[in-house]
Amino acid sequence: MDEKLKSPLIRLEKRNKSTIKPVYAWLIRLGSILFALLLGCIAIALAGSNPIKAYGTMLDGALGNAAFRQQTVKKAVPLLGCALAIAPCFKMRFWNIGAEGQITAGALAATFMVRLLATKPEGNSASLPLLLCMALAAMLLGGLWALIPAFFKAKWNTNETLFTLMMNYIIIGVVAWLQAGPWEARQGRIAQFPQSAWLPKVEGVHCGWIIVLVLVFIIHIYMRHTKQGYEIAVIGDSLRTAQYAGMNVGRIMMRTMFLSGAISGLVGFILCSGATNTLSKDIAGGVGFTSITVAWLSQLNAFAMVAISLMLGILTKGADTLQTVMNVPAAISDIIIGLLLFCMLGCEFFINYRLILRKKAGKGGAAA
Amino acid sequence: MEKNCYAIELKGISKHFGPVIANDSIDLGLRRGEILALLGENGSGKTTLMNMLAGIYLPDAGEILADGHPISIRSPKDSYAHGIGMIHQHYKLVNVFTAAENIVLGMEHEKKLDIAGANAKVREICARYGFEIDPEKKVYDMSVSEKQTVEIVKVLYRGAEILILDEPTAVLTPQETERLFAVLRNMRDDNKAIVIITHKLNEVMAISDKVAVLRKGKYIGTVNTAETNPQALTDMMVGRAVTLNIDRPMYEHQVERLRVNGLSCYDHEHVKKLDGVSFTVMGGEILGVAGIAGSGQKELLESIAGLCPIAEGSILYYPPEGGQDELVGKSPMQIRKKGVSLAFIPEDRLGMGLVGSMGMTGNMMLRSWRKGSGPFVRRKDPKELANKVLNDLEVVTPGIEFPVRKLSGGNVQKVLVGREIATSPSVLMTAYAVRGLDINTSYTIYNLMTEQKMRGAAVIFVGEDLDVLLELCDRILVLCGGRVSGVVDARTATKDEIGLLMTSVGGKEGA
Repeated sequence: MDEKLKSPLIRLEKRNKSTIKPVYAWLIRLGSILFALLLGCIAIALAGSNPIKAYGTMLDGALGNAAFRQQTVKKAVPLLGCALAIAPCFKMRFWNIGAEGQITAGALAATFMVRLLATKPEGNSASLPLLLCMALAAMLLGGLWALIPAFFKAKWNTNETLFTLMMNYIIIGVVAWLQAGPWEARQGRIAQFPQSAWLPKVEGVHCGWIIVLVLVFIIHIYMRHTKQGYEIAVIGDSLRTAQYAGMNVGRIMMRTMFLSGAISGLVGFILCSGATNTLSKDIAGGVGFTSITVAWLSQLNAFAMVAISLMLGILTKGADTLQTVMNVPAAISDIIIGLLLFCMLGCEFFINYRLILRKKAGKGGAAA
Repeated sequence: MEKNCYAIELKGISKHFGPVIANDSIDLGLRRGEILALLGENGSGKTTLMNMLAGIYLPDAGEILADGHPISIRSPKDSYAHGIGMIHQHYKLVNVFTAAENIVLGMEHEKKLDIAGANAKVREICARYGFEIDPEKKVYDMSVSEKQTVEIVKVLYRGAEILILDEPTAVLTPQETERLFAVLRNMRDDNKAIVIITHKLNEVMAISDKVAVLRKGKYIGTVNTAETNPQALTDMMVGRAVTLNIDRPMYEHQVERLRVNGLSCYDHEHVKKLDGVSFTVMGGEILGVAGIAGSGQKELLESIAGLCPIAEGSILYYPPEGGQDELVGKSPMQIRKKGVSLAFIPEDRLGMGLVGSMGMTGNMMLRSWRKGSGPFVRRKDPKELANKVLNDLEVVTPGIEFPVRKLSGGNVQKVLVGREIATSPSVLMTAYAVRGLDINTSYTIYNLMTEQKMRGAAVIFVGEDLDVLLELCDRILVLCGGRVSGVVDARTATKDEIGLLMTSVGGKEGA
């Protein structure tokens, strides 16, 4: 009887979000990062290295000198651009996980423009008209590639998650075919772009970083202060409310997806023109998926995305260095990144709920 | 000893959810052979308290005594073991099973399932208390009141001695309610303890022996039903004197505003929801719409608002300045562009009428976000409107940018109603406008409806409480299975008359 009267050991209680102090919430988030790094120590130690030294190497490898810092920024730029691209879709609760394919589509269109327009060698300087054509073509194809699933969703209410995912494999397949077939230069690769199709460098990094920073402000204003941004927010909250207010939900979905795909396409252009100077089927390299994490972690806040994408840039660059310098297996760095993301996403639970332990002096016990 | 008289006694029971105190140190006793009405406004903690007896929640503090012995109820199973059975507001039945199959579902059997024996036992229980139910009928063939009967038999089958019914009459017609009450009286005479959770005063007076009143999570007191009256109970419930009369002035210059003709529509499963509905609404009247839940009320309003695909029929709108407009085949945006000032307060306030994550300003914008040229939204006018609604309707909120989802039900409704009447509509449609609201807010809403009527607006008021419809409306349209069962004058009609119309078209018995 005594046993039965006890209350459970741990209870969960929903916090009132308006009362939790922001400082406290950020402390929990910071704590989760520290906790993840601590867990990472175990992984590194198991692999036979010194955890403290390993973290030092990572930090040094990401930020130690100007060249390293440029590499880090280079990794962060596509993540940021792509997170900005999917933010409007996610705000609308349209689960676009096809950014990977939309990037590839953009890169494909940009490459097509290079092959079409830069037929004769034009010297060593970047050609602005060519770059503009590339960017516009990339945005157009990226946008159209995203429009297809949106059209089907609007017309027949198909599942956008599966649809956008599948679209990735189609476009990557197309590029793989081009790479090994019609566009092949040598050994299954596409020829490097002429220098006129290279994005010029600013401060040692291709100027894609300026483009995405401008996009941060544009997306912020678009989401917060425009009629279209308002429509997106209403649809994301309740489809029925949007219909009630007289919004053409299907049209808005298609418009938003086109916009999202166009920005992803622009990221594809930045990647092929600025980073790799050629097209390959791995051009997106998982950016389209990692950026989902960036968008979520920053809770769709454009400015927070800058910080989160930089953090992920530091991690991936640091992990690369770790692998080459300390001979830590590549899998270990993936584990560390995985732990970090897991803890950072998981800590939101503790921001929304709090645990209550059973009080020592049980009131029920007295009855027996 | 007095203690032994109680079948179940609650002592100092408290329960809180986060910062919200749902129950604050409540004492309550249930006796055998007695019907106790648990009365309180929405959100006063009635259901929470009973859920602790049903094993759904655990109390944070306090103790529960059964026949004087302390017990602990940690799960619905414990609850059954102590002879407590609760009939929840939302029925939990498997549609493709028969009544008897649902009743034995989840019970532990020593041998093989004996469905014939179960059928016989169900019949025996029915005969004993006067239920009418066929144990072999499938649930999907049942009416709401039959499903409720299955739920009640289910707890009796498990040997419940203490029955708790959570708002059992909310979905019943007056006739069905009478039948239920007859059964409850039989059970009381069989020495069972019965608790009925309700906020309808006339039912409390009709069925209960004692009334326990809760207010904002606190126990106010228990009185003998015979020694009290509705006015005194309301005062206990609300905490101060309240007037219960609805003012019903006549508007002199009624003109036809809306004419619906032969309207039919289907839902997405091709089930006919409206079947040749015809009626008119005058400017300057409140037309009540009564009917059992799901008789086509929702589809009727959404058709007029342009939100429901219409199979056939016409909806003609007569603007105050003359002429006529056909609304069928137009989208909500086209209707608005035509200059038809139609206001609609839907049943699902947060899911359809408002944007829960936005503040009052963002919600005011829902009617005006397209105004002005250029790509940017204008917040100035919506902000002013938000402040006006906040002051006029006394909305309680931490600020006009505070997400409306986090406001209480009454304040949510005030935001919605405030926005809709701000457009000075010529047609105002409301669905279950006072559901879940406290008495005071309900009366604010009734007064706003009458105010709109006296402005010359045509008001369509879909309601569920027949007493309110009879007091507030000028005429009442009764729907039954998607058809117009009749239109009655609210000043002369009776509840029984409407109840009959609700169950059969034209009010013919057994139709």
